[in-house]
Amino acid sequence: MTLFSVENLSVEFATPDGTIKAVNSISFDIHPGECLGIVGESGSGKSQTFMAAMGLLPPNGRASGSVRLNGSEILNLAIPDLNQIRGSDVGMIFQDPLTALTPHLRVGEQMREVLQVHEGITGRAARQRCLDWLDRVRIDEAERRLDQFPHELSGGMRQRVMIAMSMLCSPRLLIADEPTTALDVTVQADILDLMAGLQKEQGTAIALITHDMGVVARMCDRIEVMRQGGFVESGSARGIFRTPKHAYTRSLLEAMPRIDAPDAPQVFETLAQPILRVDDVKVHFQMKIRGGLFGRKVPLKAVDGVSFDIRHGETLGVVGESGCGKSTLARAVLQLIEPTGGGVSWLGQPLVGLKRAELNKYRKNLQIVFQDPLASLDPRMTIAASMAEPLMTYRPDLTRRERKGQVAEMMERVGLERQLFNRYPHELSGGQNQRVGIARAMINKPKLIICDEAVSALDVSIQAQIIRLLRELQAEFGLAMIFISHDLSVVRAISNRIMVLYLGRVVELGDGETICSQPLHPYTQSLISAVPIPDPDIERSRGRIKLPGELPSPLDPSAALRFLPSRLAVGEVGYVPKLIETKPNHYVAEHDSLEVILAG
Amino acid sequence: MFGKSPKAAQLAEDVTDFTAVQGRSLWQDARTRFVQNRAARACVLVLALIVAFTIFGPLFAQWNNEEIDWDIMGNVAAQGMPSLATGHYFGVDDLGRDLYSRVIQATSTSLLVGLIGASMALTVGTMYGIVSGFVGGRTDSIMMRIVDVLMAIPATLVIILLLVIAGRSFFMLFIALGAVSWLSMSRIVRGQTLALKHREFIEAARAAGVSEITIMHRHILPNLLGVVVVYASLMVPEMILAESFISFLGLGVSEPYTSLGSLISEGAGTMAYGTLWQLAVPLFFYVTIIITMFFIGDGLRDALDPKDR
Amino acid sequence: MIAYIIRRLLIAIPTILVLIVASFFLMHFAPGGPFTSERPLPPQVLANIEARYGLDQPLWKQLYDYLFNIIVHFDFGPSFKFKDRDVNDIIAQGFPISFTYGSLSFLAATSVGVSLGIAAAIRHNTWIDYFAVGLGIAAQALPNFIMGPILILTFTLWLGLLPGGGWNGGQWQYLIMPVIALSTSYMGSIARITRSSMLEVMSSNFIRTARAKGLPTRILIWRHALKPTLLPVVSYLGPVFVYVLTGSVFVDMYFSTGGLGQAYVGSALSRDYAVLLGVTILYGTLTVVVNLLTDLAYAWFDPKIRY
Repeated sequence: MTLFSVENLSVEFATPDGTIKAVNSISFDIHPGECLGIVGESGSGKSQTFMAAMGLLPPNGRASGSVRLNGSEILNLAIPDLNQIRGSDVGMIFQDPLTALTPHLRVGEQMREVLQVHEGITGRAARQRCLDWLDRVRIDEAERRLDQFPHELSGGMRQRVMIAMSMLCSPRLLIADEPTTALDVTVQADILDLMAGLQKEQGTAIALITHDMGVVARMCDRIEVMRQGGFVESGSARGIFRTPKHAYTRSLLEAMPRIDAPDAPQVFETLAQPILRVDDVKVHFQMKIRGGLFGRKVPLKAVDGVSFDIRHGETLGVVGESGCGKSTLARAVLQLIEPTGGGVSWLGQPLVGLKRAELNKYRKNLQIVFQDPLASLDPRMTIAASMAEPLMTYRPDLTRRERKGQVAEMMERVGLERQLFNRYPHELSGGQNQRVGIARAMINKPKLIICDEAVSALDVSIQAQIIRLLRELQAEFGLAMIFISHDLSVVRAISNRIMVLYLGRVVELGDGETICSQPLHPYTQSLISAVPIPDPDIERSRGRIKLPGELPSPLDPSAALRFLPSRLAVGEVGYVPKLIETKPNHYVAEHDSLEVILAG
Repeated sequence: MFGKSPKAAQLAEDVTDFTAVQGRSLWQDARTRFVQNRAARACVLVLALIVAFTIFGPLFAQWNNEEIDWDIMGNVAAQGMPSLATGHYFGVDDLGRDLYSRVIQATSTSLLVGLIGASMALTVGTMYGIVSGFVGGRTDSIMMRIVDVLMAIPATLVIILLLVIAGRSFFMLFIALGAVSWLSMSRIVRGQTLALKHREFIEAARAAGVSEITIMHRHILPNLLGVVVVYASLMVPEMILAESFISFLGLGVSEPYTSLGSLISEGAGTMAYGTLWQLAVPLFFYVTIIITMFFIGDGLRDALDPKDR
Repeated sequence: MIAYIIRRLLIAIPTILVLIVASFFLMHFAPGGPFTSERPLPPQVLANIEARYGLDQPLWKQLYDYLFNIIVHFDFGPSFKFKDRDVNDIIAQGFPISFTYGSLSFLAATSVGVSLGIAAAIRHNTWIDYFAVGLGIAAQALPNFIMGPILILTFTLWLGLLPGGGWNGGQWQYLIMPVIALSTSYMGSIARITRSSMLEVMSSNFIRTARAKGLPTRILIWRHALKPTLLPVVSYLGPVFVYVLTGSVFVDMYFSTGGLGQAYVGSALSRDYAVLLGVTILYGTLTVVVNLLTDLAYAWFDPKIRY
């Protein structure tokens, strides 16, 4: 029999501009112990479906239809009746584990209250049960975690706590709403493994809501593809991935960047001199640490000695997990942050230490595209004014009419309709705004563009379009590009060479093909093994290289030697691992063998 | 391709002929939201009526605000009540002066005080805060320390002190009100500036070679304006309150000029003698102005800073 | 935490010193002294008086003596107006009174305001909400000097229930009206701040999680929503406490309660700079202390703040 059955569920929101239909009469079943994937892009109504089922819609939302749990109707139940089910029969975990936990309550308190409410267990018994579950979700030092506040835990640990908390009463169904979207790839892989394990051991059914086809491929038995409030296709995971029937599913699968994609850029052959040289750049911030009467300052080595160069027409991908200093590096290269040490030179001219006015001469050729398309545009300016701004600095000779012409032409080039000329950023979609950001960066025909997570905030299909646009622009104008992202698949799809950063240092640098198929450094290997591939067969047969422990704090001086424990063992804490050219153009940082590190 | 070739010129000609859709700026959006807010709309209407009353009211007055009605003077409680017959629509005050004219005069004084006080706070506070926040570093900490010290002196005491030391006058009143009100304004503006400073569009402007001064007035200032307007609108009633308080203490504007605070004070002084209108009329105007101002301020905040969108 | 307090105190001390020096100079250069006003004194007499108060000394010496006496003896010097009283006496007499009804007003404003705000937020868009919002806005428009006359009119003149003024050792009949008069407008603003804060908290992610855990509304509100709701309220309470204390300026005048406000306005009008200076410094110091307490309270409400 079915565990969870949805029939003709519709969700509407009353807004000042009229009623908006978020979910349009959908039906599906979840069987005991299975994992159902609900896949869709933002705004498809995938989250609202389950919010409505659990009575968690905001006050302006209305749900109609039928939702049955174990055969009894639960849609629009009274709150006290719903409370019997929530947390007990159905557990939920959400996207952002930091805001999803109550900030002022200790982890233990938040877990215990679930037991108290649903099973009347309190005191020592409750504490023991919480401890058990923290152990089961593999949180180290579980005892201590119970008395910590959510903000004292890392993102991955918080999500483990969320899972443990929702599993406390052994629910039959776990609803996971984008559970790994806010996490780093390696952490994501850990959390997914954990959930798969629970599904197997506990027989808990999982409803996995996600936009990521790779995650679905790893986890789900069956898939529902959702678009604009309705299902477009449903079927078994293998069926959907092998023989997608609906055009939307196909486009979604095609848009998904793959680390093993055959059409990725190849080695870039050129004899030209590099246009940009970055030599041992360091950016250290002074962090205030508490303790003592005045606290003390500790240098946070956001970027700690990074060197690379880039040639005309080439793309260098920069990958790394959160906190590895990739965005800081971008800003240091552009001199938006003054580097603490090292040199940056453009066509042989040093940039570090230049005055604003002198620097501005170079900035015409060095441009940047930011992560958040909306935040990178002035909300009070029309998009045309934003795009024209670099022209006003570097081409003051242009008349208003000429400027307008250039902007319109650029808009055309990046795929924006001219009619949007006088629009404001808040009136456009994320993809359109990112096109504006690219147009602004391109308008003076720079020689180098840095894309700092330029596609990370966008839906997969938009992401693919923007990447295609960037590649076209690059071919057309012959520009060099530094493409920064946490997502290795995206980086692979656009880069000739890839540089892997770990806590402010380069661990591996080589051409894209080599890095992705024959990585040498243990960190790169673990990173690549964690990247999900949108293919259920490949994804489930791959081995994972799991490094022991959490990503260490960059403030920890021994963190830099995580892959060289032999040096740490002999007390050389300050040792800097060297980059060694193992093959032509393939640089790998000194490290101990994988076995030594895994033995941790 | 972007050169000045004839082809490009031709292209520019072409493209400038297209009809672009007119975008809705955030200001236009805010205006729409404000107009949709029924309470705020009603309050703007009420306030407009009050302003109109201070402008056109004197046309109907039968007495001016300084004249003493000698017939009534000795017997205010019995004959001085509001009446159409005597021409004292709002009655007379304790000295036999026409309350109608005095209320008009007082209302315009209070409104003026609110506006001028708030705009002084606005200009000084915004400039101070924006410089402090944008320059940052040591300058910022020194500038904010100064604000901290000044804020440590309770506002009421500062105002009393300034008025006692420098003497009572319209000018001094504005100085005193301005002297205390810009402080919190500057803090808010600084906080906003700091937040804006790290936004990506400021970095984008910097990467586009825009100078710091230009960034300040082209990007930071317009984005601050929403918060500033909201805060200033909430400051107007506060200024009116502060002025009334000072007048109540007898330190406000001097006779024959008056403000709502002084009228309320006078009315409160004589309420035991059965001349309640002397309290009720200015109180009514006063409370109406303050409440409408609050609603307008709230409406502006909802319109300019929509969190629910 | 203790390190933080010490650090804050180290910053507070120069702040207070600057405050003293600034006020000292401000008053010193003010036109008209306490002895120059009404009738002109013979120069000899004036010189004698000035010598008695040390006013013939060079300015730096006066400042030095003043600071020295405050720091070492905690002595704010003699009053210029009352020959037999010094500033310490005047403060010691008035401050307890101001402080008593001030703290009571503060408590009243906080408790009523917070409860009203919470009630409104929990019953959002019901008549309770509308009533609370209306009450809050009306109360905000009624500062102490407006509430004073209204209260006297109602309770003393019409109903004859309460005495129209006086202190009488702080008996409850004498306390009611000053406390209501002082607290009403702050109660209004606290209610409105609490309401909007709680509405925001109730729509936050962690409340959604708590709901998804099946917690009853009671626990949801008291255990999960209350503390974050009160955060913005707490930051408003610091200034309110100072306002309430300085509100004494009006209450003393109107209800003849005999607190510090009376002394302040009296000395301001008679240019008794010694008293004026003393009271200003006292209130300034209090403000600094209250700000410190507010920041400490913050840490209790938000464990993310670490000092």
